[in-house]
Amino acid sequence: MGGIDPVVLIASLMVASTPILLAAIGELVVEKAGVLNLGVEGMMILGAICGFATAVETGSPALGFVAAAIAGAAFSMIFGLLTQYLLSNQVATGLALTLFGLGLSALIGQGYVGIKAPNTPRLDLPVLSDLPIVGPILFSHDAMLYVSLLIVAGVWLFLSRTRGGLILRAVGESHDAAHALGYKVIRIRLMAIAFGGACAGLGGAYLSLVRVPQWTEGMTAGAGWIALAIVVFASWRPWYALIGAYLFGGIVVLELNLQAAGVKVPVDLLAASPYLVTILVLVLMSRSKSRAALNAPADLGRSFHATA
Amino acid sequence: MTTLLSVEGLTKAYPGVVANDDVSFSIEPGEVHALLGENGAGKSTLVKMIYGLVRPDSGTMTLDGRAFVPSEPRAARASGVAMVFQHFSLFEALSVAENIALGMEDPPKMRDLSARIAEVSHAYGLPLDPARLVGTLSAGERQRVEIIRCLLQDPKLLIMDEPTSVLTPQEVEILFATLRKLRDEGTAILYISHKLEEIRALCDAATILRLGKVVASCDPREKSARELAEMMVGKVLHQTKSAGQEMGEAVLSVRNLSLPPATQFGTPLSDIAFEVRAGEVLGIGGVAGNGQDELLSALSGERKSGDHIFLHGQAISRLGPTQRRHIGILSGPEERLGHAAAPDMSLIENALLTGSVRENLAKNGFLNWPRTRAFAEKIIETFDVRTPSASSAARSLSGGNLQKFVIGREVLQRPEVLVVNQPTWGVDAAAAAAIRQALLNLAASGTAVVVISQDLDELMEISDTFAALNGGKLSAKVPAAGLTVDQIGLMLGGAHDMEVADDHAEEALHA
Amino acid sequence: MIRLEKRPNPSRLWTALTPVLAVLLTMIAGGILFAILGKDPFEAIRTIFWDPLFNEQFAAFSRPQLLVKAGPLILIAIGLSLGFRAGIWNIGAEGQYILGAVCGAAVGLAFYPSESPFIFPLMVIAGALGGWAWAMIPAVLKIKFGTNEILVSLMLVYVAEKLLASMALGALRNPEGGGFPGSRNLSQHPGTDNPELIAGTGLHWGVATAFIAVILAYILLNRHILGYQIKLAGQAPRAARFAGVNPNLLIAICLGLSGALAGLAGLFEVSGPAGQISIDFNSGYGFTAIIVAFLGRLHPVGILLAGLLMALTYIGGELAQFMLGLPAAAIQAFQGMLLFFLLGLDVLSNYRIRLTGFAAKGAS
Repeated sequence: MGGIDPVVLIASLMVASTPILLAAIGELVVEKAGVLNLGVEGMMILGAICGFATAVETGSPALGFVAAAIAGAAFSMIFGLLTQYLLSNQVATGLALTLFGLGLSALIGQGYVGIKAPNTPRLDLPVLSDLPIVGPILFSHDAMLYVSLLIVAGVWLFLSRTRGGLILRAVGESHDAAHALGYKVIRIRLMAIAFGGACAGLGGAYLSLVRVPQWTEGMTAGAGWIALAIVVFASWRPWYALIGAYLFGGIVVLELNLQAAGVKVPVDLLAASPYLVTILVLVLMSRSKSRAALNAPADLGRSFHATA
Repeated sequence: MTTLLSVEGLTKAYPGVVANDDVSFSIEPGEVHALLGENGAGKSTLVKMIYGLVRPDSGTMTLDGRAFVPSEPRAARASGVAMVFQHFSLFEALSVAENIALGMEDPPKMRDLSARIAEVSHAYGLPLDPARLVGTLSAGERQRVEIIRCLLQDPKLLIMDEPTSVLTPQEVEILFATLRKLRDEGTAILYISHKLEEIRALCDAATILRLGKVVASCDPREKSARELAEMMVGKVLHQTKSAGQEMGEAVLSVRNLSLPPATQFGTPLSDIAFEVRAGEVLGIGGVAGNGQDELLSALSGERKSGDHIFLHGQAISRLGPTQRRHIGILSGPEERLGHAAAPDMSLIENALLTGSVRENLAKNGFLNWPRTRAFAEKIIETFDVRTPSASSAARSLSGGNLQKFVIGREVLQRPEVLVVNQPTWGVDAAAAAAIRQALLNLAASGTAVVVISQDLDELMEISDTFAALNGGKLSAKVPAAGLTVDQIGLMLGGAHDMEVADDHAEEALHA
Repeated sequence: MIRLEKRPNPSRLWTALTPVLAVLLTMIAGGILFAILGKDPFEAIRTIFWDPLFNEQFAAFSRPQLLVKAGPLILIAIGLSLGFRAGIWNIGAEGQYILGAVCGAAVGLAFYPSESPFIFPLMVIAGALGGWAWAMIPAVLKIKFGTNEILVSLMLVYVAEKLLASMALGALRNPEGGGFPGSRNLSQHPGTDNPELIAGTGLHWGVATAFIAVILAYILLNRHILGYQIKLAGQAPRAARFAGVNPNLLIAICLGLSGALAGLAGLFEVSGPAGQISIDFNSGYGFTAIIVAFLGRLHPVGILLAGLLMALTYIGGELAQFMLGLPAAAIQAFQGMLLFFLLGLDVLSNYRIRLTGFAAKGAS
C-alpha cells in the first residue's frame, strides 16, 4: 500500500465525512426533541441540488450553501406540518420526504447534469497552513468544513449548557410533562425539525459543491441514512457523532484508496463496505443497550396531541 | 384580608360532556381549601383552568383583586399559582435539579439551584438529592420534587392534585405537617382529593363537585365522612361483603420469586413468596412504583421466571400468557388503554384479546367472529357496560365502563386464579362498587383472587388477607380483619426518609 | 383557529374517502407542478391518467403494461403492509427484490440449456428463498440485538445493488454475450421463461401470484388469529404481549414473508418483463411499493387498487415523457406528493376538524 499518503488520506477523510456529519448533527437535535425524521436523505439531496444550482447561477458557493440550508429547512417543514399538526406517522412521513426529495431534486437538476461547480476556496491561513503535516491536515480546508465543526460544538454547548437545550431535551423526554409545565411542544419541535433540515441541506450542498463537486441524480447514495445510523452510534451525543462520522469517512476514503491501489479484494465488496460497516456498527451499538438508553429520548417518534 | 382567588361561573364543555358548569368558589389567603368530588366530577378541568392549561368557555377569575386570565402555565406561575401534579410533569432521564429548573420562571445557576434544593428540601422534611435522576426515585420522592419545585417559586396559591395517593399513611402525616406549616406562613392551598378523612383532618373549607357542578360548600371539620360522601356521590353505595365462606386448598403459590427490572427505571422483584387459597381474596397493598406492574407481569406470564410459581403444586413459571390462561390463571393489568385493551379496536376484538383460549373463539387459528361477538355482548350485558354497541372502539368508553369490560372479560372466563392490579383506579364510585362486588362474588364461587392495589380502603373492604409490597419485597401475609392504618403504614415502609418540617423552614426558603 | 378533536370511534367513511381525496389533490398539485415546468397541466394529467387506458393509439400497448407494472407493486406491497401494520418497518424491499431475481436467475441459468418443466418452479422457490434470506438479516439482528430494522434493511438495498452489479458483470454474465454485462435472456428460453398467460393482457405468473397474495392476505387479516395478532402488535404492543403474542416471532414472520414476496416479484420480473439480470435491473418497485401499501391503507383490496393506480402513473408518466417531454423525475415527485397528501389527510379518520369561533377567544 505504498501508494497511499497518510496526510492526504486524513485530509480527504475530513472532507468525505463532512456531509454525513452535518446531516447527523442536525438529526441529532431533531431526535433529542423527540422527533424521528427519516427524510434526511431527501433533505440532503434537495440541499445538494439547490446549493449547486444557486452556486452555478450566482457563481458564489457561499450563496449556494445558504440556499441549501434554506431549502433543507423549508423542505423539512412539510414533514413538520404533517407530523406535528396533522399527526401523521413519523416513519411513513419521513420515508415520503425521502422519496419526494429524490424525485424533486432530479426534476430541478435536469439542466445541471455535467456542469462543474464554481470552486469553493480553501482557507489559506498564514503560518498555520504551511505547517508540515498538521498544516495540510487541519488548516487547509474550505470554510464550510470548519463551520461544520463549529456547529457540532454549538450543538453540544446548547444541549448541555443552556436553558433552551434543557427545554429541548425535556420535550423529547416527555411531551406531556413539558406541555403540563407550559412549554410549547409543537413550536419547539418545529424549530428542531427546521434546524435538522438546514443541516441536512448544508450536508447535501457540501457533497455537490466540495466533495464531488458535480450534480448527479441520486448522488447522496444513502448518505442520509448513514447519518441516521451515526446518530444511533453516537447515542445522541454530539462529539460522538463527530467521531462516528469521521470513522465512517475514514472507511470510505480507505475503500476508495484501496480500489485505486488495486488491492485484490472484489471491487463490489469494497463498494458495499460502507453499508456493511454501518450495519455492523448498528449491531454493536444496540448490543450495549443500557448505555445508549439513558441518552435516547423517551418520547422519540411519538405524536403529541394536547388533549386538554 | 381580601379574598385570594375567586372563581365566578366557570364553564368548560368538551364534546359530549360539560366538564365544568357554572362553577364558583373562593379561597382566602392561608386557607386549605378542599376540592372534593369523585372521578369525572370535573376537578381536574377546574384546576387546569386555574393553572392556565385549559381556557374556560365562559366565566371569570380574580386573583388578589385583579382579573386573572392565565393564558399559559407560565403566566399562572408568574401570578403566584403553583401546582403539584398527580401525573405527567416530571422527566425521568433528567436530574432532580434539571426538573426543578424546568418548572421555574427564572432559575438560578445550576450549582446555586442544587444548593437551594438541598437546603429547602431538608428544612421542609422532604429530603432530596439534586443530582439524582428522577427515574431512579420512588413515587413519594418524585412528589417531593414537584413540591419543592413549587415552594422555590414562593407561591401564593399551591394546587395539589391527589397528593396522598403515592404516600404511606405515615408519609401522609408528615406531608400534612408540611402543608399546615405552609398555611401558617400564609400560603393558600387548593387540595384536590376524594379521600374524606384526609380532607376532614386537613382542610378549612370544602367545595364539592358532582358532574361538573358545585353541589355544596361547607366546613369539612363540621361534617362527618358519611355526610361528605353523600354530598359527593349523591347516594351512599352499600357494599356487601359476601359471607366469609370456607377457604379451600392453596391454589397458587409463589416461592423465592426474584426478577430484574424490565425497564430502565423499573423495580426489581426480590424473593417474593405467598400462597392464595381457593375462595380467598389476597390484598397486596403498596405505594405506586414498588413492583406492582412487575408482580402482575410475572403472574400473568408476560415475564417468565425460573421455577418459582406453582398452580396446585405444578411449576408454571415458564408458561406464557396464553398457556397460563389455558390452565386458568387470568389477570387484569392496571393500564386499561394499551395494556388490558387495545384503544382503537372494537370491544369484540378486545374480547378476543384474552378470551380466545378459554372461550373457544378460534379453531386451527381461524377466528369465530359470531362467537366472539356473543362473548363481548355477554360481558357488556352481565357487567352493565354502557356503550352504543359491541363494535365501538375501546377508547370511546369512559374509564369506569371500560374497566367493567376488562374485569368482566376475565371474570366470565371462570378463572381458577385471578390477579388484578388497581382494579378501580380512576373509576367512578358506582363502577368501582360493581367491580369490587364482582371480585367478591368470584371468590365466593371458589376462585383464588389476588388484588394488587394502592387504595388501602379498597383492600380493607374486600380482602381476607393482606400483604404489603415495598421496594419489590413482599411482607408476610396477615389476616385483613383488625388491621389498623398504622400497622398497614408500617408494613408499607413507614415514613421512609421523610422528616417533620423544622421550624426554620421558612427562613431556608427565603434565604 | 383550527383545532383537532379526537373522534371516539375511527371514521370508516373517511378511511375509505381519504385515498380518493389524496389522488384528487395530487392531480391539482401535480397540475401546478407541470404548469411550472411549462407544460399544459390538463393535457399532462390526461396523458397520465386517461390516455394509457382509453387513447386508441396507445391503449393496445399500454393496457397490458398496467398488469405488468402493477403485479410486482402489489406483490411487494402486500408483504410490506403486514409488517407496517405490526410496526415492523421493512423498507429494504428493493434489495429483497434484487436478491430474489438473482437467486432465481442463478438457478435457471445453472440448468441451461435444459428446457425441463421443473426448472421454473425451482426458480420460483429460489427467488422466494433469496428474498426471504435477505429480509431475515434485519429480522435476526432485530431479534438478537434489537438493531433498528429500518436502517439495516435499507443499507442492505445498497449492498444488494453492488451484488447485482457484480453478478451482471461476473458470475451470471452471458458467456456468449460478447463481453457485454448482463446474463442470458431467461424469458426467451423455454423452461426458464415466465410467459404471458393470456395473450394481450399482460397477465403473467407474477400477476397471478399477486392476486392470490391479495386474497390470502385478506383472509389472514380478517379471519385468522395471526392477522389479529399483527394488528394488535401494531396498535398496542403492550396489549399484544398481554394477549400472548410473541413479538420476536412476529418480526420473523413479517420480515420473512415480505422478503419472500419481494423476492418472488423479482424472480417473476427477471424471467418475464425484464428478461435478464443486468446492472440496472431494479427500477425502484421496492420503494414505490411503500407508497402503494400506504395508499391502499394497508388493506389488501386497497393495495390492489393502489397498485393499479400507481402502475398507471408509471405508464402514463412514460407516455407523458414521450409525448410532452415531461421529465421522468416529475413522475417520481408526483408519486411522492401523493403519499404526502395521503398521510396528511389520514388525520381525518381519527380526528374531527373544529373551527373554534370568537366566543372562546372572547372569554380567554
